[in-house]
Amino acid sequence: MNRYTRDQMAARVAQDIRDGAYVNLGIGLPTLVANHLPKDREIILHTENGLLGMGPAPAPGAEDPDLINAGKQPVTALPGASFFHHADSFAMMRGGHLDCCVLGAFQVSVEGDLANWHTGAPDAIPAVGGAMDLALGAKSVYVMMEHLTKSGESKIVSQCTYPVTALRCVSRIYTDLAVLEVTPRGLRAVDIVDGLSLPELARLSGVAIGS
Amino acid sequence: MIDKTVATVAEAIADIHDGATVMIGGFGTAGMPSELIDALIAQGARELTIVNNNAGNGDVGLALLLEAKRVRKIICSFPRQTDSWHFDALYRKGEIELELVPQGNLAERIRAAGAGIGAFYTPTGYGTLLAEGKETREIDGRQYVLEHPIRADFALVKALAGDRWGNLVYRKTARNFGPIMASAARCTIAQVQRIVPLGALDPEAVVTPGIFVHRVVEVVVEAANAGTAPAPGTAT
Repeated sequence: MNRYTRDQMAARVAQDIRDGAYVNLGIGLPTLVANHLPKDREIILHTENGLLGMGPAPAPGAEDPDLINAGKQPVTALPGASFFHHADSFAMMRGGHLDCCVLGAFQVSVEGDLANWHTGAPDAIPAVGGAMDLALGAKSVYVMMEHLTKSGESKIVSQCTYPVTALRCVSRIYTDLAVLEVTPRGLRAVDIVDGLSLPELARLSGVAIGS
Repeated sequence: MIDKTVATVAEAIADIHDGATVMIGGFGTAGMPSELIDALIAQGARELTIVNNNAGNGDVGLALLLEAKRVRKIICSFPRQTDSWHFDALYRKGEIELELVPQGNLAERIRAAGAGIGAFYTPTGYGTLLAEGKETREIDGRQYVLEHPIRADFALVKALAGDRWGNLVYRKTARNFGPIMASAARCTIAQVQRIVPLGALDPEAVVTPGIFVHRVVEVVVEAANAGTAPAPGTAT
């Protein structure tokens, strides 16, 4: 079976981010999107620890421990950047000022419920960070994840079995098999990887998917 | 004359008592007032409730306070990290209480305490495990959860520069929780890279006005890049 590579997935997400957008990229797979933002678009990256106008990683040796992203990796600040405290940073999310966020997920339901913070395993140490604020705050919530778990179960589900992060918040799902839109009438396939049919995608997903 | 400057970190934290609630600034180690925490470990206060975004990193600052078993409870958003081994060990042994709060709710609860807000409705967390048992309300067709302020006896924050009135400027993303924690504690103690004369900080650029700060102590940290840039809003 054909699959989109991680870079192809990231490039596909980047294609859907418009010029002038304020965007937050979550930890993990979504950080790859930054490498694929079209050069002819001015897109401002937000990191919830307090920076708008985040730039790429610094050159080796130029790291600054006071200039990091939400994943605590060293970053740079572009001309036009601003720093702010945490209450302002989350006002940008919760207040509906961010145009888009891209998040990883354990599961997404057909109604757009998101589970991405906790497996619910009894021995797991829970950690939530900004996931819940981002999921319901950004105007568009894009999820980027592998379509199936390692054991072949669909991560797109009729109802989340993992603890949810936020309800009915996801706009689009970008996986290694397809791009899906969450609509009031259920999931709709926007793109499917070459060689995979819509009925086969729906069968693998275990949920109904329209065209 | 107002002079909030204190000569040593030991003097700055001397009266933190057993059982105190202490906010500690920082996101990971950016903005963490590690020297104040080291002094607190040496001072010996125990049974503390700590408010921080994380639960310690590696073997510095907050992680060492946890390792020394001085913390009864931690209120934070993201305890589990690759380098949170001291917290992880205590948590698995049941030796520390965890109140997990979504990061934006953590920030807003701290801000609310500083701003005198009784409680507030937020959409974050609605329908999740972290809102279980909390009052909810529909407002204009959207669901909200009632959240209460987090107040502290002490706040320990790190800033780039401060003056004797307690005005502070920060450095880059090390600002994070500093300004809101400063407003939410009965006694706010700031460690600064340098104390500057009154008037040296540009009033247009002061981030935390001195009214929120009670003690300022200079801690010169010789780290690569840290604090070598001119202070924003510093006239000298």
